[in-house]
Amino acid sequence: MDILPILSTLRRHKTTAFLVIAEIALTCAIVCNAVFIINQRIERIHMQSGVDEQRLLHIALANIGVTKDDKARRAEDLAALQQVPGVISVASVNQVPFGNSSSNGSIKLDPKQRLATLNATDYFGENVTQTLGTQLIAGRELHADDYMDMDQVVNAAAAKDAKGIPHVTVITQKMAERLWPGQPALGKQIYMSDYAFTVVGVVKELIRPSIWDDSAASYTMVLPVRVANNEYILRVDDPKNRERVLKAAVAKLKEINPHRVVLKQHLLSNMREDFFQNDRAMTGLLVGVCVALLVVTALGIVGLGSFWVAQRRRQIGVRRALGATRSNILRYFQTENFLLATIGIGVGMVLAYGINLLLMVHYELPRLPAIYFPVGALLLWTIGQLAVLGPAMRAAAVPPVVATRSV
Amino acid sequence: MFGYYLDLALHSLGRNKILTALMVLAIAVGIGASMTTLTVVHLLSGDPLPGRSQAIFYPQVDADPKNKDSSEPLDMLDYRSALDLWSAKRADRQVMLVQSTVRLNTDDAGKPAVMMPMLSATADFFSMFNVPFRYGGPWSEQDDAARARVVVITDDLNQKLFAGENSVGRVLRLRSSDVRIVGVLKPWRPSPQFYAIRGGRFAAGDTSDFYAKPEDVITPFFTGLDVNDGNFQQFTCWQMPAHPGHLQDSPCVWVALWVQINDATHVAAYRRFVADYAAQQQAIGRFTHSGNTRMRSLMGWLDFNGVLPSNVRLQAWLAVAFLAICLVNMVGLLLAKFLRRSGEIGLRRALGASRAAVFAQYMVESGLIGLIGGVCGWLLTMAGLWFIRQQPVAYADLARLDVPMFLLTFVAAIGASLLAGALPAVRACRVVPAWQLKSL
Repeated sequence: MDILPILSTLRRHKTTAFLVIAEIALTCAIVCNAVFIINQRIERIHMQSGVDEQRLLHIALANIGVTKDDKARRAEDLAALQQVPGVISVASVNQVPFGNSSSNGSIKLDPKQRLATLNATDYFGENVTQTLGTQLIAGRELHADDYMDMDQVVNAAAAKDAKGIPHVTVITQKMAERLWPGQPALGKQIYMSDYAFTVVGVVKELIRPSIWDDSAASYTMVLPVRVANNEYILRVDDPKNRERVLKAAVAKLKEINPHRVVLKQHLLSNMREDFFQNDRAMTGLLVGVCVALLVVTALGIVGLGSFWVAQRRRQIGVRRALGATRSNILRYFQTENFLLATIGIGVGMVLAYGINLLLMVHYELPRLPAIYFPVGALLLWTIGQLAVLGPAMRAAAVPPVVATRSV
Repeated sequence: MFGYYLDLALHSLGRNKILTALMVLAIAVGIGASMTTLTVVHLLSGDPLPGRSQAIFYPQVDADPKNKDSSEPLDMLDYRSALDLWSAKRADRQVMLVQSTVRLNTDDAGKPAVMMPMLSATADFFSMFNVPFRYGGPWSEQDDAARARVVVITDDLNQKLFAGENSVGRVLRLRSSDVRIVGVLKPWRPSPQFYAIRGGRFAAGDTSDFYAKPEDVITPFFTGLDVNDGNFQQFTCWQMPAHPGHLQDSPCVWVALWVQINDATHVAAYRRFVADYAAQQQAIGRFTHSGNTRMRSLMGWLDFNGVLPSNVRLQAWLAVAFLAICLVNMVGLLLAKFLRRSGEIGLRRALGASRAAVFAQYMVESGLIGLIGGVCGWLLTMAGLWFIRQQPVAYADLARLDVPMFLLTFVAAIGASLLAGALPAVRACRVVPAWQLKSL
């Protein structure tokens, strides 16, 4: 196929050619970035939590305030919840995955360090990892004799008495890798508010309850502190039973004290869904926009292609009369579209890269992976070829006799 | 002539219905998407206190010993600083406020107790923020000082508890205290909930909760501290508080202070007063540093917190880019449509129509497409806003089309299509009559 005649034709139809190129370029730039954002959001929606989501329940009661008997009440609640048929493990905790509210602390590797190395969330509560179902990959779980009561820890911290503060912790693998890349974490020390904690266990994954920076989503530590915040997690034996168990557990708590207000009662899987609601809505919207853009672009190519064919009817007739076959004409329009699409894609890629740079600055998105460029190009070439097929077939159907009319 | 051109345009639009429909669709979808997202941006980035906001300020001092003069002060105040600045009464009006969650007992009505957000503020809150009353009125400064057991409730709660009747004088039970209703608000929905904004710089753009509704229960500041003692949440602490939930003497920040300074020349004086206060606190050893005091205006504070959610901004950019592509597409289609009638144009030109007349004719046709596209775009905008109202976001109920945005829909649709039509119309009026006549 000779490209030169096509180029010389295009040079005579600068406006139309420019419009097709502009449309393809803009679509390419926006669709590449939109698909990239969609992928980012989908990745977020499928973030690993490291806990046994399908079998976990969460119940939060209103905090009635600091009362003397809150430890006794916690013991009574835990004992009662443990009795509910279907429950295999219960813990009184300070926070839950996907709960959107978290306790966080600054972690240092050296107490003399001026700036913290990272910010990590702290899970409290006896049995919390066992109940959440995290996977221990090194060291040990926290033992009962590691644990201290929250009010004692608060008093010890006020008196600056390091003996009253727990001195061991379990952290996540990602946090360990960030703190000591390539080294075993067990036995190493971290510092929080000038108190040292020795790492005795590493879990594979345990997500933060609120995530404002995806790269720090698994910087999590578990501290051996018993809490009585009226917040409980329960693990059931069979996911099929969880709704029934949740109802029974709430009824049991109400039975102990009918005046308590139940703030939250959730299946953890539902909390996860709510947590990513925003991302899901945005993904849907972006998919809609991408499809609409591609359709609009395809329709634009069809419209301009038809116009072009209509304008060049006589020229086509002359070519046919001079011996060009139908497939020659068809190929001509297809090649022309391919050329325009290629230029459009080239410009579009540069634009896409520019938009990505802007988004990196303003929305903290990572760099657009190179794979998007060939895939985006292939997609737009395909759409261009499909869109031009109709007008090109109509062009190929022009009979040679047209050349002889009205000359 | 306009009537004749309109006639021609209608005729021409009817001739190729599919092409016309394509163009109308392109402009309608582009306008619908842009106007939906721009309306949301417009509603979320407006001034919550028009006419008053420039006189409202948010003073900040920094009691955190871990910070330095070069760091940004914490977003709220510790109790002592807030109380000192408030008691000095150096501004025209000043409000201390704090939010908490309280248990509202409605045992008498046979309904279970509910937890609800409560705002505790000093008396100036209502006059300073132009809060409208339906029944009764605000409490007095004496009530503040006497820790009077009084409360103001919103219209929403009044509808729920008292079916909208005048409930002034009735009693609510907050935790274990009885409080008397002294005022019921008219529907009041500031956008954003400006007096409660803080921590935007830690929100990573997810700021839609700044557009929540005001609290249903509003008590005097000190009354609130008594009634709900033990249930207050800190913004942050630099040490563990000795009594969680009771923060009056804790190493925590948790109180917001707003001041109103009507005379712009007094602003600098108040700024100096705040700086002097911090310096004095440093001198007596309560602060470790005093060089980073701030006093942003209301709008400045909203900007600093980046109140517009980043998702909303991203959607608006996306929609505008989408409109641009729709326009490029429309330029192409109009070009095809106009130049297909080159013969007709040549004939008109040969019969004496000027270039301006041909140009005008085609611009009328483009404008007409824009008008039809605008009507469809307006319907799509209404549908888009309805869709946003179904979303579980705090600002969902705000998403309604107001008059300026309604007008903008049509201005934008017609303007966009005239812009798109300009190039094809110029090309059309440049048609050389002789060539076209020869080939007819």
